[in-house]
Amino acid sequence: MILRLRSGQARAGAIIVSIVVGAAVLAPWVLAWDPAEQDLPNRLQGPSWQHWFGLDELGRDILARVLLGARVSLMVGVVVVGVSSGVGLVVGGVSGYYGGRIDQLICRVMDILMAFPGMLLAIALVAVLGPSLVNVVLALAVIGWVGSARLVRGQVLRAREFEYVTAAKALGAGTVRILRRHVLPAAIQPLLVQATLGMAGAILSEAALSFLGLGVQPPTPSWGTMINGGRVHLLDAPHLTIFPGLFLAIVVLGFNVLGDGLRDAIDPKRQ
Amino acid sequence: MLRYVIRRLVFAVPVLLGVATLVFSLIHLVPGDPAQAMLGDGAAPQDVIELRKTLGLDRPLHLQYVEFLRHALAGDLGNSFRTGQPVTEMIAKRLPATAELALAAMVVAVVLAIPLGTIAAVRHRTATDYAAMTFALAGVSIPIFWLGPLLAIVFAVELGWLPVSGRGTPAHLVLPAFSLGLALAAILARMTRASLLDELGELYVRAARARGVSRLASITRHALRNSCIPLLTIIALQFGAVLTGAVITETIFAWPGIGRLLIQSIGFRDYPLVQGCILLIAVTYVTVNLLTDLLYGVLDPRIRFE
Repeated sequence: MILRLRSGQARAGAIIVSIVVGAAVLAPWVLAWDPAEQDLPNRLQGPSWQHWFGLDELGRDILARVLLGARVSLMVGVVVVGVSSGVGLVVGGVSGYYGGRIDQLICRVMDILMAFPGMLLAIALVAVLGPSLVNVVLALAVIGWVGSARLVRGQVLRAREFEYVTAAKALGAGTVRILRRHVLPAAIQPLLVQATLGMAGAILSEAALSFLGLGVQPPTPSWGTMINGGRVHLLDAPHLTIFPGLFLAIVVLGFNVLGDGLRDAIDPKRQ
Repeated sequence: MLRYVIRRLVFAVPVLLGVATLVFSLIHLVPGDPAQAMLGDGAAPQDVIELRKTLGLDRPLHLQYVEFLRHALAGDLGNSFRTGQPVTEMIAKRLPATAELALAAMVVAVVLAIPLGTIAAVRHRTATDYAAMTFALAGVSIPIFWLGPLLAIVFAVELGWLPVSGRGTPAHLVLPAFSLGLALAAILARMTRASLLDELGELYVRAARARGVSRLASITRHALRNSCIPLLTIIALQFGAVLTGAVITETIFAWPGIGRLLIQSIGFRDYPLVQGCILLIAVTYVTVNLLTDLLYGVLDPRIRFE
């Protein structure tokens, strides 16, 4: 870990995230029920000792589906944040370090993308590309890199003026080496914070798109799809909506708390 | 001030052009033939050719683009593929509902957030502060599409105090506005606290207290007023989130606004209507940001001389 989790808040966030990640990873080995197995005679049954979160409209175990949904959400979060941060690091680094026309061009593209509310652009992209998990990841990465690139650009603009960068230039270091060894590392810590908060955003966005029917398609379980499916049974079987939503809120809360804690650790003034 | 306004307006032109270009490109991102996608795989080839002609997809791309911009500037966004009605007309009918919901949500957010953030800042590092910030963190993390149905169960179904869906009376507005406004309230409360904490540490606040100004007046008349600029930024930036959130809230509460129209048009693959809704929401967002920039110039004279 680049930052030691000194603050209680960061530790609390890390614990929540670790529990959910652990449960999602171990789910296939520890679950007693197959998420696809249907028990139609007992459909919509409430929570019981046998099925802790109850059964859904097709008699499938909700706990198993919630944990399988966690795998989908976390996977989307990791891929979206990984791609966004990677692209943001390169584009922001180049934009900030070289300046001039390249910077102008990149900034204008970022201005246009920032002119759209992020989720709206994601909805638009998924609407035309078609609803699927891959298209959700693509749409969220398209809107996600801009924030990272802006952050990295700002950090690089600051870092390139430092004396040690001038010294490296004077010693004959190449551009790639200067960027890789001296300039970009300055952007890593804030980028890590942004990535943690970005995980929360990506997970929430995937669930929102799935809720609107534009994301993960049944029978693959996704928290958004499960909440949407549960709306029909809000009165007779609210557990269909409550459990996936609760898990979603807890995971998002965990990443938000972790991100906030890391930000405080980087910038003690914020405390 | 006039130079500042003109400069900001000039900066907005390329952004608006970029937004229009991106919206124009959307229909060309449809995998395969958009006309075929709209009519479905079983459509007769003649119908597909006809629709391509109607949508103008048979012409060279640059001509389509120029035509799109020309028509968009004249307020003509084409006709809905499904109903045949002009897109502008369909959007105009739904616009008041979305504006009403967005404004109500913003009011809910501001009314909840400013007192909450202020109390948290004034009672910094006390149980009140921690409770307020825990509420704010929970508010940011709870998805609208989960909160909305839960609020509907409690206040519409169990207690029967409010209608569960639709639009008509002020009572219809309460649940959608609260669902949409709570997340924004959480973000605003955090910002109010952070911004006010910065201001409370400033010398001018201490000087005011030393001059005998009451604690309440030093907070409300001096510190809070100076916290307004960062708050205004967040409100403007969050307006985009409100517009997007409206898409979800309108879907949950069957609120007849543009968000619901957008989701319905996606379901019918009515691409001209999808383009129209997206363009309108994006242009509204850019305009709100522009107005905010202009307002900065009024609130803080230093900004317009930079």
